[in-house]
Amino acid sequence: MITDAAPIVTARIGSPLSWTLKSALDRGAYEGLRKALTMDPAEITQEVLTANLLGRGGAGFEAGRKWGMLAKGDTKYLVINGDESEPCTFKDHMLMEEDPHQILEGVLICAYAIGASQAFIFVRGEFALGLERMTSALNEAYAFGAIGRNILGSGFSLDIVVHPGAGAYICGEETALLESLEGKRGYPRDKPPWFPAVKGLYSAPTIVNNVETMSNLPWIVTNGGAAFAALGLGRSTGTRLFSVSGHVKRPANYEIEMAKPTFRDLLFDPSLGGGIRNDNALKAFVPGGVSAPWFGPDQLDMALDQDAVGKAGSMLGSGSVVAMDDTTCMVRAAWRITRFFHRESCGQCTPCREGGGWLDKIMRRIELGQGRESDLELLLDVCDNIAPGLGWPPQKTTICVLGPSIPSSITSAIRMFRDEFLVHIKEGACPFGR
Amino acid sequence: MAGDPVQAEPLKITVDGKVIEGQPGEMIISAAERGGVYIPRFCWHPRMRPVGMCRMCLVEVKGPRGFALMPACYVPVADGQEVVTDSPKVKKAQDGVLEFLLINHPLDCPVCDRGGECPLQDQTFAFGPGETRFVEEKRHWAKPIPINPLVALDRERCIQCSRCTRFADEVAGDAMIDFIGRGDSTEVNIFEDRPFTSNFSGNVVQICPVGALTATPYRFKARPWDLDLVESTCTACAVGCRISVQSSSNRVIRHLGVDSDPVNHGWLCDKGRFGYEQTDNPDRLRAPMVRKGGELVEVGWNEALTAAAAGLRRIHDASGPDAIAVLGGARLPNEDAYAWAKLAKGVIGTDNVDCQMGDGLPAELVLGLPRATIDEACAASAVVLLAPDLKEDLPVFYLRLREAAVDGNLKLIEMAPLGTGLSRHAEVRLQYRPGEAAAVARALAASRVPEEGAGGVSAADIGAAAELLGAAESVVIVVGRASLAESADSIADAAGVLATALPDARFLSALRRGNVHGALDMGLAPGVLPGRVSLDEGRAWFAEAWGHVPEARGLDAAGVLAAAADHKVQGLVLVGADPISDFPDRALATTALAGVGFTVVVDLFGDGASAAHADVVFPVAGDGERSGTTTNMEGRVTRLGQKVTPPGTARDDWMIAADLARRLGGDLGFETLDDITLEIERLATSHAGVTPAFLAAPGRRDGVVVPLGGAGVAGRPPALRYRPSTPARQAPPVDAYSLRLVAARTLYDAGALVSRSPSLAALAARPCLRANPADLGRMGVTTGDRVRVSSSRTSLVLDVAADPRVLRGSAVLAFNAAGEGAADLIDASQTVTDVRVETVN
Amino acid sequence: MARLTAENIQRARQLIALYPQSRSALIPILHIAQEQDGWLTPDGMAHIAELLDLDPAEVYGTASFYDMFFTHPVGRHLVSVCTNLACLLNGADELLEHAQARLGVAPGGTTADGEFTLEEVECIAFCGAAPCLAVNWRFFGNIGTDDFDRLVEDLAAGRLADDVPPHGTLNRVRRRVGLMAAGPAPALADGTASEPPS
Ligand SMILES: Cc1cc2nc3c(=O)[nH]c(=O)nc-3n(C[C@H](O)[C@H](O)[C@H](O)COP(=O)(O)O)c2cc1C
Ligand code: SF4
Ligand code: FES
Repeated sequence: MITDAAPIVTARIGSPLSWTLKSALDRGAYEGLRKALTMDPAEITQEVLTANLLGRGGAGFEAGRKWGMLAKGDTKYLVINGDESEPCTFKDHMLMEEDPHQILEGVLICAYAIGASQAFIFVRGEFALGLERMTSALNEAYAFGAIGRNILGSGFSLDIVVHPGAGAYICGEETALLESLEGKRGYPRDKPPWFPAVKGLYSAPTIVNNVETMSNLPWIVTNGGAAFAALGLGRSTGTRLFSVSGHVKRPANYEIEMAKPTFRDLLFDPSLGGGIRNDNALKAFVPGGVSAPWFGPDQLDMALDQDAVGKAGSMLGSGSVVAMDDTTCMVRAAWRITRFFHRESCGQCTPCREGGGWLDKIMRRIELGQGRESDLELLLDVCDNIAPGLGWPPQKTTICVLGPSIPSSITSAIRMFRDEFLVHIKEGACPFGR
Repeated sequence: MAGDPVQAEPLKITVDGKVIEGQPGEMIISAAERGGVYIPRFCWHPRMRPVGMCRMCLVEVKGPRGFALMPACYVPVADGQEVVTDSPKVKKAQDGVLEFLLINHPLDCPVCDRGGECPLQDQTFAFGPGETRFVEEKRHWAKPIPINPLVALDRERCIQCSRCTRFADEVAGDAMIDFIGRGDSTEVNIFEDRPFTSNFSGNVVQICPVGALTATPYRFKARPWDLDLVESTCTACAVGCRISVQSSSNRVIRHLGVDSDPVNHGWLCDKGRFGYEQTDNPDRLRAPMVRKGGELVEVGWNEALTAAAAGLRRIHDASGPDAIAVLGGARLPNEDAYAWAKLAKGVIGTDNVDCQMGDGLPAELVLGLPRATIDEACAASAVVLLAPDLKEDLPVFYLRLREAAVDGNLKLIEMAPLGTGLSRHAEVRLQYRPGEAAAVARALAASRVPEEGAGGVSAADIGAAAELLGAAESVVIVVGRASLAESADSIADAAGVLATALPDARFLSALRRGNVHGALDMGLAPGVLPGRVSLDEGRAWFAEAWGHVPEARGLDAAGVLAAAADHKVQGLVLVGADPISDFPDRALATTALAGVGFTVVVDLFGDGASAAHADVVFPVAGDGERSGTTTNMEGRVTRLGQKVTPPGTARDDWMIAADLARRLGGDLGFETLDDITLEIERLATSHAGVTPAFLAAPGRRDGVVVPLGGAGVAGRPPALRYRPSTPARQAPPVDAYSLRLVAARTLYDAGALVSRSPSLAALAARPCLRANPADLGRMGVTTGDRVRVSSSRTSLVLDVAADPRVLRGSAVLAFNAAGEGAADLIDASQTVTDVRVETVN
Repeated sequence: MARLTAENIQRARQLIALYPQSRSALIPILHIAQEQDGWLTPDGMAHIAELLDLDPAEVYGTASFYDMFFTHPVGRHLVSVCTNLACLLNGADELLEHAQARLGVAPGGTTADGEFTLEEVECIAFCGAAPCLAVNWRFFGNIGTDDFDRLVEDLAAGRLADDVPPHGTLNRVRRRVGLMAAGPAPALADGTASEPPS
């Protein structure tokens, strides 16, 4: 291990039948809730603020601060984002399958802290097993008295609904998720005015938090926010789950302390990624989901620190790190990501809907050997019309940031591997033989 | 009081350095436009909720972190806000959006119906990039597909602005079209084979910013630059939507809605939009006709006028003026209606005059109840709908009320014997047994709701309605005939009860014919004279002006037809009226027409059922062919526009009235249309001040609601005030073997307008009797069966359908559907009509 | 072409009761319809529209936004091969090519016997075991071409029937309780499985 911090959200994972109530109770489940129910709701929010728990869904916003922004109102909702569809991210999936009670406990703590009237857990539709495990856990928790009326004798009551998605990446975006939860097409809402904390589900104030974010709450309540903040460095506190995939020897989810280890540790440490397959050279890596601009080997020593990565022009995003070795055709990799965004654009905004399709077609042409030199400038200008300035964090001409995520891979590939594009164009074929 | 926050102070924003005032809640795009800065847009429509989807309106707005691109259609104005619409950054963003829109848009402007008036084309010229950088294959869809008989959709041209789908869902409440698919394979479409059967479908054509949606009747008929246009008012119904009448080569080619803030917000129903086909119909009368040797033959105007005058004079001399009756006039402009009223009452001397066909309400009630405007109804806390299905009868009024109920604070109380388009938005529904509206009204007005309820409505529902009304700050009552099988008296009775119980309530009468309110204002009803005055109170004033006024109150349409059947009325003038197809009791109308000795028909067409009895036929000008004014249900007087000339020698109605008057030894005293408007202004209590110049003044495109000054004008007869009369006859109990008939009007029927407009005629449904499944089950009948339906009048074989929304014990039949139907079953002398239903083999 | 069965209407009503606004139950109910028929039939969508007081076009428009809903028939086994980045890097294109050859259909196609529908999908969050695929949303990882052949044989022979229910069946665990926090607790118990699958 790179650091000696004990795991927080994966502590119970790996134990037999970890997803059942009995197994979870044997290992401390719902103790955090019991403690929380003796506290004042504001105290819990304070602990979460002290912990400086950053949202684990992608944007990395402080959870405690978000709760504090919740508008007043009789009816408030808590919605949990379990849509996990950022390519190469597979950690929430694991949490839902392996430790659903931890999520429920976190949801109950959060709902109690913010005074939610009802909570909804939006589970990506494709996660059949996750849905089954979450539903079983819900049934068990109701029977146990942890959900429903007068929870664990505290007088606090809450209902939780496990809601299946139906296959649309965009529903991970919190406002699209709310539309989808209202039974509609998953169209993101324009902010302002649709900041969920002010105007969310059914137009009522709503907190949307990620599954992993919730999973941290029982530990924070049990051990205190300060203990959490003692892990990591600066604003990047606690531990975090990283989904490591691609050309590493040991692709898997790893929970490690934030900010202290580096990307090199994550990809190469024998207890983590274990190095590149066949001991090939690393060509580039995606540092935080395919929406994030790529990094090269020269950035391997950057710490897994949200602010540091942000300053370097990318993001830790959803916590997915994908390694690409030197056998990789970067045009093809970038094209595949472009195709993903093209397919997943909800279609509302002209720049995203039409631009995504156009970029996909140009990238395809280049990869298949029908590119022209002018295509590089064209690609960059079309990208610029979606994300003006091509800076980081991106500006946008669209409603949500799916649009301005499209350029990330294309501009990274052109910036880092312009020659590779030119070879495709000159040779009229992919040099990697596909 | 210094320091106090000032309410409703306009907000000041800066757009490109220019200070512009905005209203709270207003979006930057509209404030900027008012201030002279036009921001391009596609998805934004001023009458729908913004969605901020197309991104064409991106501008820079200064926020806490400096300027950022924001959609001007989605960001409300805020005091001190700084907006830049002309920076290089904005220009690049807008160019980019346009280029994106064009990459998959076909370059077929030369063959596109929208070419020449296409916002996408225009903005490409104004803002767009020069050449295309898109060398890939464009997106393909099968070319135009019909989404209903009136509207075709070309998905390749669609730019996914969602205006049409939002209109269908948000405005019309007919979400039968929606986005299908996702991303760049999103298309607009219908579900399976269920067409976009909305009464408002043409609006999506008008608001489509490209040529994706086109009107089948208009397709390829004209190019926009060849069109001539004039603003006018639609007279397909009494809402009076403002329209632009557009013509090419002396033919009306289309109607477009004009955004009139107090009335139609730019919307039209399909009947109003496509009803111009009626006047454009090649079967229009082109010359007068006179019956010779049993046949109607075309003659010159002089001969026809002489024949008509001779016939009427003969009857007048032999049997007196009361042997003559004039029916119709509710589709005429005010001036023409006035001319006919003056001819009938002032020259001929008969008060047997009625512009309604037994399907409306007593004139005194319509004219004498305190009136509301449409805006007032929408702003009211509660509206009582003692009315027909407004979605069918007064479609754009339905849109207005629906919007107020869905988006505003309006609460609806529906009192109707059937479900309507507004039922789902009603706070309380009082679905009464046909004929028992008055009983429900009495229960509602009572200090304590009777425990057993009333008229088939539960005490709980009546109590809820009473409570709502009690708490309402302002109440508007819409009064009309939900069923023509239930007597007007019973509705008048109910309205009277409500008027007494709610003395501050205001009323709107839900009468359908285009200018029925204007015709009533002009005196085309028994017992009244022009200006909303009673015959008795106006007698002296008009006797002096006209030289003659009838002695006593005459007969209404039902009375006239009954008298004609008895040969007491021997001369009948039908001014755009066809009692055999319009009067609720067809047996009576048929006998009456057969019994009249001499019939003059003044119409667009000469082949209506009643015209078969004509002795003289005069062809007249129709909509788009004549000027004048018209009056809508609120009493709003607007100007009609003339764009084309009538066919053949057809003339304006008022000219025929004036010519007939001369031949009958009188003189209406009119040389021009303005002469009439000025006389109305001079004599009518309700129209004081409404001169042609006043109406033509700038800023009066939406017309004026009369009377202008409120109560009365010194020296003129006093305005009518409605006094509820004795309670109407009660409906007898319905026997266990019968169903009580509800004859409800539909937008598309066998009436003159629809049946002469080929595109609309196809939409009129066959008559089909709808009844509650429980009742049908009892009779052993199911949907799709043919049944024998018998009343005291006759028995018919009809299709039947089970409909759980129909009250048990009743049966709903569309009035005036093609062929035999409700009018054949109804006995207008009864308060209700009961029918028996049996299977036929 | 089926409307919902009486039992499924009951399930739909229970779902509607879980949400503050009935339309929220649309997607869960669409899953039930797809479980019933394997795809969303026109009659099924029209029936759901009735239950939720929507226009069928709205139901269709909503369903068509989501990849998991099919408005045309698909095979009993929906084989979803991921070709997104992590899988691409680990041979997903080759796997997809092999799958096409083995099943004899292109992505989007269904085998003549109605057993298999092949589709190419975006990341299914099983990247730790790339290349991977899902069959009726049950995941299989580290799939080489031989593994694929074996999997198809097992599926066709019904050897995986316990793990892989027919297409459309998503969540085999039924919620057992209605909402209780807001008011009296309506029990939902309908005697169906609520035990976690192992
Ligand atoms: C296109 C897009 C996709 C997203 N997908 C997810 C997702 O799958 N899961 C998730 O938790 N957050 C996702 N997010 C982020 C959410 O919008 C939101 O920020 C997050 O759920 C908040 O939770 P947190 O504060 O706990 O991180 C996505 C955002 C965007 C713009
Ligand atoms: S940016 Fe793309 S995904 Fe986001 S709202 Fe716009 S069209 Fe939809
Ligand atoms: S007009 Fe503003 S986004 Fe379309």
